[in-house]
Amino acid sequence: MRGALSCRQLAGVVLLAPALALGQELKTADEYRAALQDKFANPGNLVVERGERLFKEKRGPKNASLEQCDFGKGPGVLKGAFAELPRYFKDTDRVEDLESRLLTCMVRLQGFTPEELKKKLFADQRANEPNTDLEALAAYVAVQSDGMKLNPPMKHPKEREMRAVGEVLFHTRIGPMDFSCSTCHGQDGKRIRLQELGNYAGNRADAQKTMRTWPTYRVSHGLLRNMQHRLWDCMWQMRLPDVDYGSPMVVALISYLADRGRGAVLDIPGIKR
Amino acid sequence: MDALKTATLALALALTPAAHAAGKGKTQAGPDPKIQALAAKFIEQSFLPGEGQDLSRLQQDDTLKACNQYRDQPPEKVAAEINARERATIKYPEGGKLMGDWKNGEKLYAAGFGMRIGRIEPDRPERQKGGNGGNCYACHAADPKEVAFGTIGPSLMHYGKLRGASEEMVKYTYEKIYNPQAYTACSQMPRMGHNGILRPEQIADIVAYLLSPESPVNK
Ligand code: HEC
Ligand code: HEC
Repeated sequence: MRGALSCRQLAGVVLLAPALALGQELKTADEYRAALQDKFANPGNLVVERGERLFKEKRGPKNASLEQCDFGKGPGVLKGAFAELPRYFKDTDRVEDLESRLLTCMVRLQGFTPEELKKKLFADQRANEPNTDLEALAAYVAVQSDGMKLNPPMKHPKEREMRAVGEVLFHTRIGPMDFSCSTCHGQDGKRIRLQELGNYAGNRADAQKTMRTWPTYRVSHGLLRNMQHRLWDCMWQMRLPDVDYGSPMVVALISYLADRGRGAVLDIPGIKR
Repeated sequence: MDALKTATLALALALTPAAHAAGKGKTQAGPDPKIQALAAKFIEQSFLPGEGQDLSRLQQDDTLKACNQYRDQPPEKVAAEINARERATIKYPEGGKLMGDWKNGEKLYAAGFGMRIGRIEPDRPERQKGGNGGNCYACHAADPKEVAFGTIGPSLMHYGKLRGASEEMVKYTYEKIYNPQAYTACSQMPRMGHNGILRPEQIADIVAYLLSPESPVNK
């Protein structure tokens, strides 16, 4: 783990190459998963490793690491923290998801400004860019909950409120296509072109199947992606302006989705089309 | 059989003035007003302004507001209001020809690009030489040879073969694509003409693609 790649991971990446070359023929997420039975072969692991290095490195104007960041289970406790996000944080007096909490810590502990952190949120797959630091960091934190059950608290009134607003937003039609999330994710067994869509509103099993595998390695992008990116992507398809990273709308939607996916055993990083 | 049933239903829809809503089942009361107000506030706070963005897209017109209020299952009275309001928006091509060039319609039916904005991945202008695509395959089957079709909308395979191309059918198909909510309040289908996704002439081309006996849809 420390710094350099483990032999096991290197071997995994090499083994994976033929499976990825088959990418076009493997159509469903299930088929991808079957082709990738060895979890260590997920190329997303390399990004997680980089995330770990970045997490422990002293960075920013305050020359501090993120090791004292409190993701909800106390400063420095990463194990199981992602499984219980989004949650209410007293120090910011708001509900934060993984990525917004990460921003909070990078600002408070390391002294970065939100503006500079948000300058480049996502790697551009068309330009073959490597994952951004934010993507790598979020993945590292998330993976510390691998194998645990998704269990967002929903105890604090603000957590419950966030989820309720998320549910309303999920059903809100907006933009020039008249789409809401539920247009595409509100019925069983539907698909867009050949891509299967989950019914998150009506079918808990669909929400669990999705929520257990994020952050995920997207083979079509050759990059590890997080939920902020996925929701930006869906809203881009809705022909909306760029939704802001960690914005209240995204946190509300993630609160709703995480609650719908409650109980799912996390299997991350995931891998999909 | 199913296709025939849908066809009959569609014609009935086309010919009766009664209100129809997309949702099935019980009409529910709107969500908690406080939560609804927060949702509106969140939308206002969550999108990036500035170059390449367009915050006017966040505005909801009266119809979307009503659909949101009732989660796409408006009571009959509201559904009738939506049908009437949306019907009044329909514009026809100059000269009134509602069946255009099916070959161009075929391209528009398949093309999925157009109207994506933002600073991260906006649609490239050179891909939009003929305007936006209709992206119909995202939701509807059509040409029996095309397997990559979505299923949010009903299959339109053999549409013209099953229903014929009578004057009513042509008019219904044109109006349905221009503004599906003129017939079905809170339909999940985008209001293609009304929202400026497709121009009237382009819609007429797609009508021809769906109804013309020469079109692959009807082979
Ligand atoms: C026009 C259709 C459409 C709309 C509207 C839409 N999505 Fe999606 N969504 C998709 C497609 C297509 C995928 C990719 C599925 C795949 O890759 O198999 C997807 C994927 C997702 C995923 C990840 C699924 C997984 O299993 O990895 C989530 C979560 C999601 N959408 C949530 C949302 C939310 C929340 C909204 C509303 C803000 C929304 N979507 C709006 C089409 C849509
Ligand atoms: C987001 C999914 C979606 C897209 C995109 C879409 N539709 Fe639809 N369409 C639907 C749904 C759902 C219905 C059924 C509800 C209704 O009748 O309004 C429908 C109904 C129809 C009908 C009426 C069918 C009947 O049985 O009478 C026609 C015709 C049609 N669509 C044509 C098109 C065309 C042409 C395009 C592309 C320009 C298109 N649709 C794009 C979802 C979609």
